[in-house]
Amino acid sequence: MEIPVAQVCTMIPVAKEVGSLRAIASGGIVSPTGNPDLPSDKEKEFRRSLVLRALQVLKEEV
Amino acid sequence: MGEKIRVVHYLNQFFAQIGGEEKGGVGPGGKEGPLGPSRALQQALGERGDVVATIFCGDNYFAERQQEAIDELLRLLTSFKPDLLIAGPAFESGRYGVACGAICQAAEERLGIPALGGMDEGNAGANLYRKKVYIVNSSASVARMVPTLQRMADLGVKLVERAPLGKPEEEGYFAKGVKRNAFAAKPPAERAVDMLLAKIRGEPFKSEIPAPKFQRSKPAAPLQDLSSAVIALVTDGGLVPEGNPERMEPGRPTRFTTIPIAGLDRLDPNEFDAVHSGYDTAFANRDPHRLVPLDVMRELEQEGVIGKVHEFVHATGGAHAAVENATRIGQGIAERLKAAGVTGVILTST
Repeated sequence: MEIPVAQVCTMIPVAKEVGSLRAIASGGIVSPTGNPDLPSDKEKEFRRSLVLRALQVLKEEV
Repeated sequence: MGEKIRVVHYLNQFFAQIGGEEKGGVGPGGKEGPLGPSRALQQALGERGDVVATIFCGDNYFAERQQEAIDELLRLLTSFKPDLLIAGPAFESGRYGVACGAICQAAEERLGIPALGGMDEGNAGANLYRKKVYIVNSSASVARMVPTLQRMADLGVKLVERAPLGKPEEEGYFAKGVKRNAFAAKPPAERAVDMLLAKIRGEPFKSEIPAPKFQRSKPAAPLQDLSSAVIALVTDGGLVPEGNPERMEPGRPTRFTTIPIAGLDRLDPNEFDAVHSGYDTAFANRDPHRLVPLDVMRELEQEGVIGKVHEFVHATGGAHAAVENATRIGQGIAERLKAAGVTGVILTST
């Protein structure tokens, strides 16, 4: 049984080039699941939506 | 070199003229003088050397009892007092190719005898041994026996005489990944511009840095149901517990961390650090959730959106990771996750 992996990263073309199959765009190089420019409550909302997207791609066929 | 080089040739049961597939179980043996293709090897060597003996083993015997086969073949090899071992060429034959690679490696490492093999690029033995021993590209066609043995003889003589070797494409062997300094006629900028112009003109050009080949993996089946899923959090952004007790390297990583998070609702910035030489870790240090989203994963766990958050976070640093090390780290993490019954992974990358 293989385990599906959702990769949250900035450089999607690089991820794909090295064989990442479920890659989604992150919040940035220094904060993949965050955004230091947002107030902390908004940042957490953003993180939650990213994580939900990541969970969603785990359910998708590739 | 005054004296002739003493060469021993390794063959499988087929090329040693013992028999075909039905004789694959034949154990190791040796015979003085050339046998079968060894005669072509003798011709290729000419005055430079003598094929003093042929040693052989059935492909199945070697595959099934590799250690025994190697021990016995090395004993035979020693008895012929060789300066050089030449194995194959095995062309496309996988078991034979693996045997050639294994016996060459053993002869070099255990006896200090220079050795080289021959086989097709697609042979499993080429993948396994090309970085350990010199292997000449024989192609898949047995019709290339004589020219391949010529290349093997030439390369073998150089190995024995410790003469400088040409580049892999000149000598016909598979690149071992060894870098040697060399003087170039033009500086890098000029070479790069020449290459670019050639590309624009549609002329052939050759990159000085071969792009690494990445293994393609089979896509894993998607999760059917998130509410029963066990999700692991993994990052290549270098998360470590404060003080980095596992001593993970900030760059050129060779290992990964295993951080227990059972019972933690969040990652306290005072208890975790990001150790990574490839990006500014200040933001992740201020709030580790920017790297590993444990806070929202716990919420989703409590809400029943996912079944469970796996009780360990694995992390490594991605900066300047050698492909071989990164592959090994990935395999190590995957094995742990598999054994723990994890069903899905969120990997965060900086």
